[in-house]
Amino acid sequence: MNLRAKISVLPDGHRVHMHDGPIDLIVEAFADPIEVAASYRDASRRFIDVLEELCSELPLLRAPMRKGSRLPEGRVARRMAAAVAPYGERTFITPMAAVAGAVAEEILGTMTSAAVLAKAYVNDGGDIALHLSDGEDFIVGMVERPDRPSLVGTMTLDSSQPVRGIATSGWRGRSFSLGIADAVTVLADCASSADAAATIIANAVDLPGHPSVVRVPARSLAPDSDLGGRLVTQGVGELSKDEVGAALDAGMAMAKALAIEGLIHSAALRLQGETRVVNPIVIPRSVSDEESVLPAHTAPDTSIRSR
Amino acid sequence: MPEDDAIRCDACPVLCYIKPGRTGACDRYGNHNGQLVRLDPHIVLDRAVSRGDSVVPFLDRQREWDGSLVSGPENFVTAIGAGTTYPDYKPAPFIISSEVQGVDMVTVVTEGIFSYCGVKVKIDTDRHLGPETNLVRAQGEPIGHVTTSEYGSQMLSLGGVRHLTGGSRREGTVTCDTLLNLCNGKAAELTIDEGATVIVQAGKAPVVDGVQEERMRVGCGSATIGMFAKQWFNKVDDVVVVDDHITGVLSEHQAGKLLGVPETGIKMKGRRSTPGRYFQVAEPGTAWGGTNIEDPLSILKAFNPKKAWPGLRLLMVSTTGEHHAYFELNEALQPIEKDLPAVLGESVARIKENCEPALCTVLFMGGAGGSLRAGVTENPVRLTHSVRDALTRVTCGGAPVYVWPGGGITFMVDVTRMPENAFGYVPTPALVAPIEFTLKLADYAALGGYVDHVRSLDSIMSGERRRHLSAHGDNPWPLASAKTGREP
Repeated sequence: MNLRAKISVLPDGHRVHMHDGPIDLIVEAFADPIEVAASYRDASRRFIDVLEELCSELPLLRAPMRKGSRLPEGRVARRMAAAVAPYGERTFITPMAAVAGAVAEEILGTMTSAAVLAKAYVNDGGDIALHLSDGEDFIVGMVERPDRPSLVGTMTLDSSQPVRGIATSGWRGRSFSLGIADAVTVLADCASSADAAATIIANAVDLPGHPSVVRVPARSLAPDSDLGGRLVTQGVGELSKDEVGAALDAGMAMAKALAIEGLIHSAALRLQGETRVVNPIVIPRSVSDEESVLPAHTAPDTSIRSR
Repeated sequence: MPEDDAIRCDACPVLCYIKPGRTGACDRYGNHNGQLVRLDPHIVLDRAVSRGDSVVPFLDRQREWDGSLVSGPENFVTAIGAGTTYPDYKPAPFIISSEVQGVDMVTVVTEGIFSYCGVKVKIDTDRHLGPETNLVRAQGEPIGHVTTSEYGSQMLSLGGVRHLTGGSRREGTVTCDTLLNLCNGKAAELTIDEGATVIVQAGKAPVVDGVQEERMRVGCGSATIGMFAKQWFNKVDDVVVVDDHITGVLSEHQAGKLLGVPETGIKMKGRRSTPGRYFQVAEPGTAWGGTNIEDPLSILKAFNPKKAWPGLRLLMVSTTGEHHAYFELNEALQPIEKDLPAVLGESVARIKENCEPALCTVLFMGGAGGSLRAGVTENPVRLTHSVRDALTRVTCGGAPVYVWPGGGITFMVDVTRMPENAFGYVPTPALVAPIEFTLKLADYAALGGYVDHVRSLDSIMSGERRRHLSAHGDNPWPLASAKTGREP
């Protein structure tokens, strides 16, 4: 029996907060109340087992993903492994890079199997799995600095677009980053793919060896981090316009390559006030209608990654 | 491996190593100078959450959440899962204050360990389950007995200290186990010496020897005559309502007399109590009207030839309408079975229609007059007096109780009005049941309560291990009626 997990309805009476250890989900479904209840019931049943399931395979999930790596057993763990598999040959990545998106996806999948929903989302600390039935849409808010949530723009995602996953990564977030991006937001087919891709792209936004970037071994901050002795960004001094441009160029090259490979649909890269967008399939809107924005804002990954 | 200054957090299975001044993966637990501390929830969720001091608790642990989005603004803390304190003189685990209509109230919440307890089971059936005082067994062990029956119901008295602790080890364990199942709303199979095997489950129909009881009788045989005499008048010459307890005969019964039903010369077996009312027409059983008869004519003697006449129409029916037969007398004044005329079929249907569904009901009965009181007050007898004086309201898992008059705090509660799985057990063996005492703070102080241990409702609501349930719709709100005295 899971005595830690806490499931509560938020004061608005609609959204549900599911919390267990490092996992925090905000869940909302839109449909007939009976369907919504059925989806929440099954989601909560599934949720209480997720953390134990992940932790039972934690050493494997914290190990780099390579060709021939043993596949994990758990359903969420398999989603994680599948999401990072395209990157295993080109760079260092562990399945933990996709944990938040994979959890969101798993819970959303449980909900849509349990009930007929018009639309729904599961927001795992900014990594969001979406369900949109025909004709439905979501307005998604974006933030520039995950540590200071204020919206810099919104975008509308509708059911005709293939996007069902959103994720944001950056060095200011809760997870460690090898790069210097303030935030990279990725739109992809599903949340786990978006999560892995956001990590990869945020790592690529970088100025290797730059003196104003403070880097420390991940292990010195969190002894059991999956990043081991790799240097993670802990501070970025003020950069010149050219330097910002160079770092973003590096990230854009990666983002474009991933878009060509079909791993992502769109990406927005932000660094020190500058934003670059790959495939702006959605048009950023004004910030003023903040109150109507759903589902809240994108925040840094809430995950058990990189610790 | 962690460096020396990292500590391992065991708050969740991630088991993070946390360096000084840093937090674990959840950002909730941190290493503060080598100590694991819980920090304020991180602003990771969204604004409503980081703002959210009023997150509605909704916890479901043993039970599952049904997903529905209802929650009330008021909260009452039940004793389920509260645990108890030992030794007894320690204050109860939770002594909670709340304000009700401007009055400070206190609820003392504890789980009682009841060696002196049992259940009273009411089984709605006329069928004879077994002779009064015979043993009731579960898994072959004696756990109680058949007690005096009630209107339309057979009664069992189960448990009690003698079966729990006075017999063999197995007898005590089986008794405890059976009581626990019955109290937690589960089914129990009970066998009565020289009687039936009954499956009993609170709020469900009894199953007697493999047959589910459908209806509770409309009344005893005599009462049935009283209720339906007018509907039978002129449609039939005589009616016998077969009942193990009191069999009724229309033509002799006061109800028939007043309508002017003529004598029919019918002669009954058994012992006549008053006109038209007969005891002991047959042996108890599970057939017609709780008797052992399959052939209703077996309870009749020959008709009086001076009164009876050929063609006389006779209806025989049981108290639930489940059994019925229609006869007409031949030239020799012998009853010959015929098809039931439609007009009488209606009256049989009416009897059935007036029978309520047969149910088993289980009342838990326990004595809270002992050492449990020491967790409430240093002066235990004052709690008893306070309950007597209706200053203190007793509830059991938030459900109303009936406090038996006389000494002690012996109470009964309908287990179906309590939350599911409210009961537990200890291997002593004894049952663990929640109990809450609610009274005004001023009264609590006056009876020597542990005022120093009173804590606010908010402090409980923001704690970790809560289970939040909706109040039972039929129950009075435990706090609202605290001032008006005890149930019922």
